[in-house]
Amino acid sequence: MPLREIAHARAGDKGDRSNISLWVEDPRHYHAVKAQITPERLKSEFPRLMLGEIAVHALDHLCGLNIVADRALEGGVNASLNLDSHGKSFSFLVLGLTVEID
Amino acid sequence: MRDRLYRIGTGAGFSADRLDPAADLVERGRLDAIVFECVGERTLAFAHRDRRRDPALGFNPWLERRMKVMLPLCARHGTKLITNMGAANPRAAAAKTRAVADALGLSKLRVAWIEGDDVTDRIEMSGGMVGANAYIGADALMPALAEGADVIVAGRVADPSLFLAPLMMHFGWRADDWPLLGRGTLVGHLMECAAQITGGYFADPGRKDVPDLAHVGFPIAEVSADGDATITKLDRTGGEVSVRTVKEQLLYEVHDPTAYLTPDVTADFSKVSIAATGADRVRLAGAGGRKRPDNLKVTVAMDGGYLAEAEVSYAGPGAGRRAELAGAVVKQRMAGVQGFNDAVRIDLIGVASLLATADRRGDVDLATDARLRCALRTGDRAMAEALLWEVESLLTCGPAGGGGYRGRIDPSVTTETRFLDRGLVPTRVHWL
Repeated sequence: MPLREIAHARAGDKGDRSNISLWVEDPRHYHAVKAQITPERLKSEFPRLMLGEIAVHALDHLCGLNIVADRALEGGVNASLNLDSHGKSFSFLVLGLTVEID
Repeated sequence: MRDRLYRIGTGAGFSADRLDPAADLVERGRLDAIVFECVGERTLAFAHRDRRRDPALGFNPWLERRMKVMLPLCARHGTKLITNMGAANPRAAAAKTRAVADALGLSKLRVAWIEGDDVTDRIEMSGGMVGANAYIGADALMPALAEGADVIVAGRVADPSLFLAPLMMHFGWRADDWPLLGRGTLVGHLMECAAQITGGYFADPGRKDVPDLAHVGFPIAEVSADGDATITKLDRTGGEVSVRTVKEQLLYEVHDPTAYLTPDVTADFSKVSIAATGADRVRLAGAGGRKRPDNLKVTVAMDGGYLAEAEVSYAGPGAGRRAELAGAVVKQRMAGVQGFNDAVRIDLIGVASLLATADRRGDVDLATDARLRCALRTGDRAMAEALLWEVESLLTCGPAGGGGYRGRIDPSVTTETRFLDRGLVPTRVHWL
């Protein structure tokens, strides 16, 4: 199941750190998403992008995950050569991942 | 009066934000205060660059236009205007504000500006520093509010503090009542990006449809004395305030939700409840707070040389491959002919650009409309010009059918983060 079908997301930046909050619409899907959207999974999906530590903070009562990725913005908004130097588009990078739902 | 709701709106959520929704808010919103939050890492760096070029500049370039529209409205409706549009030069920004007010016959408006966030003289860098600003907090604004300021112009005040200060003043919250400051900070955090909580930065057609996005309204917070709040917007505006828009903004640029650090408090957003209570009305409760950090964050702007970007397009069958070849030619010539040995970024806009580094590339063979973008950073102006020359010369020397060349060179400022003991960052209110 593509995440975009069951969740919404928003990306922001501070320095060279990107955070993407991911909100699962139906609480019945939340635990499957939480179990599969892990730092290890993200690291293996985006090895050339998320270069530093990755943390995932859970807000269970809101069915939300906050992905915090260090060294993910090619140096940050004032150093990056990326057209999207803020990484605003990263929310849809994550929503493009798929998860298994029972 | 302290038991009534305080109504605070957002007039701008970033440097270049729209003006018409802000005017509408003051006209029809019965606001006690409106906040224009206009400073980010990128815009503060640009402001330092501007001030370096001209000591009378370095504040928000839209300030004059905004003040001309907003000051008469704010004066008529008794709405305070609080802003960090001063950016790297709040003194000059306040002088411009004063001049606009006087020219409009509003000489009675009390305009204050805040000095103290510029800590350039307290930061040691090995070289190339353009300026350094500490994130100062609500406490810097309180003396101006206490003395009845109608307009406050500041520089690098932390975004949520611009909202927290008038709430503290109105409700008489103590500066060490951490849970209350945590709740007020949540209000500021949710409001600081303006339309990002009313349906902006949200629409995804087919999945998240937003009504009348072209006329998205800016937000209002109705805050009670216990710090809990309802977020809403004016009727007859576009956009939406929903549980989903509030959730997305709750963690916008937040890292650990249990410890959102501001100059005022260590706020805890991890137990916040979010409930829809009516059309475009969402109720927040449950934010917490602990003692504020001892150190203030400092953004240091450094001379970043130049960002050079040049583009050219290819269309029709084989467009992707021709654009790819053109990029390879530029790379070869920048290294071999121009002697540029740092990174040259090559994008195929529409095929592989924003997400190319994330290994999410479209199919080059299928592309029928591909725009080559080449970019580099350099301290050497001649090298920046060389990139533009190399891309433009593709018109006759590159692959077939290339057109639509554009090139630009922008002076660049990079930023670094430092921390300073708050005791080293005194602030002061000035009146104009």
